[in-house]
Amino acid sequence: MRIELVKRKEHSQLMTVLSPLLAVLLTLITAAILFSLAGKDPIEGLFKFFIEPLFDSWSLQELLVKATPLVLIAAGLSVCYLSNNWNIGAEGQFVVGAICGSFLPIIFPDFQNALTLPLMLLFGIAGGACWALIPAILKARFSTNEILSSLMLVYVGNLLLDYLVRGPWRDPDGYNFPESLLFSDAATMPSIGFGRLTIAAPITLVVIVVLALVLSRTLKGFEIRVMGESPRAGEFAGFSKGRLTLFVFAISGGLAGLAGTMEVSGSLNQLLPVISPGYGFTAIIVAFLGRLNPIGILIAGFVLALSYIGGEGVQASLGISDKISNVIQGMLLFYVLACDTLILYKVRIGHNRRTASQGA
Amino acid sequence: MKNLLKATAAAAVFTAMAGAAHAADVKACWVYVGPVGDFGWTYQHDQGRQAVVAEFGDKVETAFLESVPEGPDAERAIERFARDGCDIVFTTSFGYMNPTVKVAKKYPDVKFEHATGYKSADNLATYNSKFHEGRYIIGQIAGKMSKTGVAGYITSFPIPEVISGINAFMLGAQTVNPDFKVKVVWANTWFDPAKEADAAKALADQGVDIMVQHTDSTAPLQVAQERGIHGFGQASDMIAFAPKSQYTAIIDEWGPYYIERIKEVMEGTWETKQTWSGLAEGHVVMAPYTNLPDDVVAMAKETEAKISGGWEPFTGPIFNQEGEKVVEDGVTLEDGAILGMDWYVQGVDDKLSK
Amino acid sequence: MFEAILLTVITAATPLLIAALGELVVERSGVLNLGVEGMMIMGAVVGFAAANLTGSGTLGALAAVLAGVCMASLFGFLVLYLATNQVATGLSLTILGLGLSGMIGEAFIGVPGLKLPRLDIPLLSDIPFIGPVFFQQDALVYVAFALVALVSYVLFRTRMGLILRAVGDNHGSAHALGYSVLRVRFLAVLFGGGCAGLAGGYMSLAYTPQWVENMTAGRGWIALALVVFSSWLPLRVVGGAYLFGAVTVLTFHAQAQGIGIPSQFLSSLPYLATILVLVVISANRRLTLVNTPACLGKPFVPDR
Repeated sequence: MRIELVKRKEHSQLMTVLSPLLAVLLTLITAAILFSLAGKDPIEGLFKFFIEPLFDSWSLQELLVKATPLVLIAAGLSVCYLSNNWNIGAEGQFVVGAICGSFLPIIFPDFQNALTLPLMLLFGIAGGACWALIPAILKARFSTNEILSSLMLVYVGNLLLDYLVRGPWRDPDGYNFPESLLFSDAATMPSIGFGRLTIAAPITLVVIVVLALVLSRTLKGFEIRVMGESPRAGEFAGFSKGRLTLFVFAISGGLAGLAGTMEVSGSLNQLLPVISPGYGFTAIIVAFLGRLNPIGILIAGFVLALSYIGGEGVQASLGISDKISNVIQGMLLFYVLACDTLILYKVRIGHNRRTASQGA
Repeated sequence: MKNLLKATAAAAVFTAMAGAAHAADVKACWVYVGPVGDFGWTYQHDQGRQAVVAEFGDKVETAFLESVPEGPDAERAIERFARDGCDIVFTTSFGYMNPTVKVAKKYPDVKFEHATGYKSADNLATYNSKFHEGRYIIGQIAGKMSKTGVAGYITSFPIPEVISGINAFMLGAQTVNPDFKVKVVWANTWFDPAKEADAAKALADQGVDIMVQHTDSTAPLQVAQERGIHGFGQASDMIAFAPKSQYTAIIDEWGPYYIERIKEVMEGTWETKQTWSGLAEGHVVMAPYTNLPDDVVAMAKETEAKISGGWEPFTGPIFNQEGEKVVEDGVTLEDGAILGMDWYVQGVDDKLSK
Repeated sequence: MFEAILLTVITAATPLLIAALGELVVERSGVLNLGVEGMMIMGAVVGFAAANLTGSGTLGALAAVLAGVCMASLFGFLVLYLATNQVATGLSLTILGLGLSGMIGEAFIGVPGLKLPRLDIPLLSDIPFIGPVFFQQDALVYVAFALVALVSYVLFRTRMGLILRAVGDNHGSAHALGYSVLRVRFLAVLFGGGCAGLAGGYMSLAYTPQWVENMTAGRGWIALALVVFSSWLPLRVVGGAYLFGAVTVLTFHAQAQGIGIPSQFLSSLPYLATILVLVVISANRRLTLVNTPACLGKPFVPDR
């Protein structure tokens, strides 16, 4: 038996609609099987995992809260990936951005006015961008592989945060526990709605829209795509590879830093030794699930957030272990990725074919 | 309109389910920072939860969320339980402190208990154990049993609990060997078996013959056994992993506390308080003394009895690293000073970054 | 003392070495599998379970390899035959592996494992210094040594290696020459999975004989980094793995000696050292460019 892909002449419209549905269906079947194996009622499990979070206003709000940093980071990463720059260190940029964004409220806690929050966000963006520029400069200058250096800097960033929170930035009134002081109201993201939703969500939405316009309507967007698809043609057209690398790294680092600052200011209100549940890494998946397209990323971020919230829901109410949720999440991603293939290709399953050359 | 109908239907189904599930008297819920399979901190808390189930049977319904990272996800996890009809929610990591405070303020009818923190409220109690009591005892054992007079001490993070543990260990050891030395190594992790093993090997190579750990995995003890030296278990009895090497272990026994507090919820007598308990209350338990001569076992048991009787290991005279007397003779250090400890006693060869 | 440190370094480096060698072969064939951590943790749990149930460390190690191969075949099927995105698929594989291993391993928590016995090589183990360090180790350390030799030889001295590299460097030409790009890549992916599984097995059978969730604690990512660090040359993987192991171990020795440097700084040294060495190596442009598989991460779909 041989599986063969045949490239379609154009994207299949039908499959664009059908493929995500098929992926969801397969995930549901897998999840039902897993729930049954764990001795739980599959219908109830499916309901609580996938449906309930969508109809409960609290869960919906939490979905948005969870999706916001994922979408924001993934949007930045997509710019990198579109131009063939492999930044996988967004986690570190998120953390360092959060550190820089927290500089004001921690070192100058009395600086409280209308400028506090905007300045914090700016510092956060700058911090994340600077951290991302390290691998970018190393790549542009010494052609050092950016996958590795950006990943290594994640560990360094986390340790830096750890050092600060346990050492110089420790709350003087905190009984020597590893935490910074709590931020003032002026340094806190204003909330909207009744729960934990803050203006971080609309800010993210604006970023997405701007990004979509930049990518599709401007010369810079054209440059990014050309340099990604055929760098040689791009350089012929006068685009500089090195400068673009710096640019896209700064963008993605800046957005990760923004996400970090908004998360710390809006959700935690202080620095802790751990501030990210792996947002920077999950966002990589979001970027690809969203096909590196701003709108796609919006949807993908929402789907991934659902898998977290739903997984937590079934664990809390039905006692379904979080390992099962992890497996479901992994399978969901596989199905989505696999079904996406159907949009670009026809799958043909055939027996021994005439092309003898294939057998080498 | 159609959506509204769907939503109503969904809500109805949900309410029916919630109603059906809520037959027990009390629903108790736990938020864990690690996986229940870490065989350390979280594992012991879950053992406590299982003790609750064993004690009350159908009268109590329990639920837990594991591997909830400290950070933005913690507040959501805690609030979920508060909304899900839990009567009492235990949050079992220091980093959950401020999220617990926030949620407790929002849900005044739900009772919250936060482990190892210092902020409380009318519906928020705190609880912690006096692990340093056990560390004083193992210090004495180390002082007696060490031939080289040097112990290796693998630690996680410089928080007060860990620092007071090192100090108590040292004070215990100095009662039998005033020149006792300890080499402190920071692994910067609570849980990474391989890294802890590396640290243990490095210490063994440096000539220590006693291995103490304040990290959660069994790896350091396994290394001790391999190298023919001895050590102490942490959080749970690790004798199965090092039958020839473990002298004893300091066991976190959360069950009795959880049972007591849940009973109070059932009887309506629950009140907020700040519990800090140890050997006397059975919340810190020493594993059976093994691989030790009788006189050392006798000494350890005697100290255990003395501490259970109310004696505090941090009783003066105590000197700091500079040799200044910081606790006068016969004076006992206050709880707050132990819970916020950020200095070493004389003889500890390590520096704390301030 | 030096000898003792070296012994520790070898243990610390072996899982990194084995996993990185496997991934090196995968990447040489033009595929980027970021799921090493997921395959490793599966190897760790399945290896431990098998050794525990059968009482045989050898069977445990074999089962670990098999677990890695199974995970890799899933990855290979998606990435090669369905042409899915390699980065996303690899990351998903890690999520899946962490979840699955937790499910499988639930029954084995708190169960002491059996440790692979030390295997002394006759004669060689008697050589002073070299003997104790290199020839009085457990069997998997020798397997790692053998893998280095095998991979170097096959990759650069055989026809098979030539085909593999051709597929990684220019899949279009390799296809035109009549080689089945997908089959070569699939086999490479399976080999990488087997190695990652074995590396995981080393963790749960030899390094720290026990099973606990998440016990690989990010070593799969370090292995990935080592491949790039080595600029896709097997011997440099050895250097990188030992360097990384050495820095980790030495920071503990430095601490035990009581130097007053923040431990976070010491802990970040291996990562900073890696970046530094990488910069030095990559400053020599010719070397890196020659060895980087040109088709790394690019999907290949054969035309009809």
